Amino acid sequence: MSTEHASRRLIDDYARGDAAMAADTLWALEAHLETCAPCRSRLAASVATEAPGIATLVDTVRAGLAPQLDAAVQAPSRRYRPRWVSAWLTPILVPWLAMTATVTLLALLLAAAGAPMLFGAASPVLLIAPVLPMCGVAVAWSRALDPAYELTAATPRAGLPLLLRRTVSVLAVVLPALLVEGWLTGAMTAAQWLLPSLAFTSAALALGSVVGVTRAAAALVVAWGVVIAAPAWHAGRVPVVLQPDQLPVWGALLVLGIGAVIARRRAYPAL
Amino acid sequence: MTPAMTAADTAPKTYAWEIRAAGLKVRVGRKKMAVDGLDLSLSTGTHGLLGPNGAGKTTLIRALATVLRPAAGELELFGTSVSGVGDLRALRRRIGYLPQEFGYYKRFTVREFVEYMAWLKEVPKADIPAAVQRAVERVGLADRADHRMRTLSGGMVRRAGIAQAIVNDPAVLLLDEPTAGLDPAQRLRFRELLQELGRDTCVVVSTHLVEDVAAACSDVVLFADGRLVFQGTPEVLAAAGGAEYPGDSPLERGYSALLHNSEQQGGTW
Repeated sequence: MSTEHASRRLIDDYARGDAAMAADTLWALEAHLETCAPCRSRLAASVATEAPGIATLVDTVRAGLAPQLDAAVQAPSRRYRPRWVSAWLTPILVPWLAMTATVTLLALLLAAAGAPMLFGAASPVLLIAPVLPMCGVAVAWSRALDPAYELTAATPRAGLPLLLRRTVSVLAVVLPALLVEGWLTGAMTAAQWLLPSLAFTSAALALGSVVGVTRAAAALVVAWGVVIAAPAWHAGRVPVVLQPDQLPVWGALLVLGIGAVIARRRAYPAL
Repeated sequence: MTPAMTAADTAPKTYAWEIRAAGLKVRVGRKKMAVDGLDLSLSTGTHGLLGPNGAGKTTLIRALATVLRPAAGELELFGTSVSGVGDLRALRRRIGYLPQEFGYYKRFTVREFVEYMAWLKEVPKADIPAAVQRAVERVGLADRADHRMRTLSGGMVRRAGIAQAIVNDPAVLLLDEPTAGLDPAQRLRFRELLQELGRDTCVVVSTHLVEDVAAACSDVVLFADGRLVFQGTPEVLAAAGGAEYPGDSPLERGYSALLHNSEQQGGTW
């Protein structure tokens, strides 16, 4: 926008409705008036002095409409969810998060009832905790579960930023739930599962840029279940990979995963 | 007060065609090439994409919506090659897309749904309420704007889908079978909307209803087995058919004549 303003003479001509104004001048003036509040106020002043007929007409119309305008109340638009909720969560994610909370609560009750004796040292919650947040991320970005996936996939916001947003909201719900759970039952410490779960999530995102997040997460869950969780469950002890001395390895995997996501950031809009 | 015209509206176009495809091939699944060597140039106007079922219309529309990547050939939108750019955001902001079977969140109201789509399409935050209201009014759903999606009839859902497609004032509007599920009166109203949109937008409407094309489109693209069979005005299409070809209207006869000549239909249907 140019910072030039319309001249007083031009605005006066315009207010009078001067038919002699050139069409291009008129167009340029109107385009300028639409974007320039000071010139609009000068036009208002000019109408009052130059075209009293218009001013009285406007006043008459306003006087006629005033009772109706006072009576009209803008209907409040009915809104079931604040705007920021849909920006961070898809509606399908809400039932999933509720289910996760319920499952952890049930596990908590089981533990309180003395069930850990049945499971030995390897609490089932500890065995699923590393992959649970990743499953939530997979649900958040799933073609099969999200009815509006096709619509979302064609929008400019689709891609890594949206995926990360949804990942963050899943982690924000699931991680505290697991933390509280572990703290209350004493079955697991955050050191045992927190870093692995983040490493798994980043790995799912990184692999997801190649095969899709849902497939990547499913493959990782199967691998985890077959290679680590099932043998540990069978043996009734905490798997070796979840011992505290393995933390540097998980840390390295997390860094690797994040690095891969950053390196492949261009691949996400095409999912 | 929002300006009626912005600098972007009056800026000259730097491209000849909104959509230009050359030797475009798009793969569906591992083997099938649903669009197989398509040359097509589309500019402002309403273009009816006609073809038998399985001709590859949906695949073509999905490729134009940048959901599918071309397997070979060239696809340019607004003069920018789709496969060349890493960042599709700028292109996608100018596209409106209604899939054939579009999913939606049943618990959203129409306004929430269209608002959510506007947010996904990166419409500036301050413009969203006005843009949503305008889109909802254009499809005639203003009185239902605060009803939940699951309480709407099929035709209304489809109109809500059209509203989300036009909420970002797209320069290319892709509608896949938009008239399915509309009753005759709604269909008439929808054709008017199409003509109106076609004045300053490149609208691509896929359909298998020849009468939709006759009523609303300035241009027909006939498409069979992934290839272009015919492109031209509805009048030329009508002129192509003679009395010996099956059909109830000149356009239908022209349609069957051209498809018969290309003779690549599989099966008896």
